[in-house]
Amino acid sequence: MVDRTALRDTGTGGKADRAVVRDALGVGVAVGLSGFAFGVTSAGSGLTLLQTCALSLLVFTGASQFALVGALAAGGSPFTAAAGAFFLGVRNAFYGLRLSQLLALPRAVRPFAAQWVIDETAAVALAQPTRRTARIGFFATGLTLYVLWNLTTLLGALGAEAIGDTDAWGLDAAGPAVFLALLAPMLRTGTERAVAGLAVLLGLGLLPVLPAGVPVLLAALAAPVVLWADGRRNRQEGGA
Amino acid sequence: MNVWIAIGVTVLGCYAVKLAGLLVPAGALERPVVKRLAALLPVALLAALTAQQTFADGQTLVLDARAAGLGAAAVALMLRAPFLLVVAAAVVVTAGVRAMGAG
Repeated sequence: MVDRTALRDTGTGGKADRAVVRDALGVGVAVGLSGFAFGVTSAGSGLTLLQTCALSLLVFTGASQFALVGALAAGGSPFTAAAGAFFLGVRNAFYGLRLSQLLALPRAVRPFAAQWVIDETAAVALAQPTRRTARIGFFATGLTLYVLWNLTTLLGALGAEAIGDTDAWGLDAAGPAVFLALLAPMLRTGTERAVAGLAVLLGLGLLPVLPAGVPVLLAALAAPVVLWADGRRNRQEGGA
Repeated sequence: MNVWIAIGVTVLGCYAVKLAGLLVPAGALERPVVKRLAALLPVALLAALTAQQTFADGQTLVLDARAAGLGAAAVALMLRAPFLLVVAAAVVVTAGVRAMGAG
């Protein structure tokens, strides 16, 4: 009886480990390969090979990287471009907050693990039932994605030089498609859709009249505005 | 030089927020309104960026092949296609529309 229980425990444990590694590889490979699109976009925006690779190695959060090169290509100042990239990166702080309790990493490991705290590693780790599988998921996703993202960034940047006019190949559509793919799963409720709709209006409406990079930052105001309107409506309904 | 400044600021800022999440005591960012705002900020930024990078040429609004590409990406997303296929659909359709001489 004891033996059977023990056997079943290790059995499910092994199966769970393999399943989480498989999930991690699936996410890591699919998203890691899109570093190619970033490499091409970045080189096409006029960044050098070294600048492009430095971004993937040191920033390693895709939406921020695409936003930065997009804003620089559009003629934004280095600080408005960096500010847009930074605000997109802020969500990683909230992933880190939840991951720190779930993974319970030793203090000395945290500065290294921090670089891998992104959408994909958080998504895989937070979906796991135990600390052990969460840790496996986090590190397997982080490692696969980091290695592939940087390799394909390099290939993309080299490829952009080889293929010349990247727009003719439709590669300027890669950036917005990546943003849309990241955005789509977040549009679950009316509140999220209202924020997205208002942000699109602000981003496009202010674009012709304000310096590059600034309209995106002002579009971020859609979040507090909708949140405030939601709160007001809820209070009114509560009072009625 | 400007590009390196932008890269340096972005590297430091993005790493700082990642590390802050892991180091900050759990209570500090747990206020419901802060959590709601943190979840909604990326929605606003991603939506605005998607729209701008599809419909902007410098400071001018334009409708070109990228819009068709983004439409293809949206269809791929609704069909639950994997991430890479969504990006590929946008690229291929945009290139296709341009090859046909439109946009």
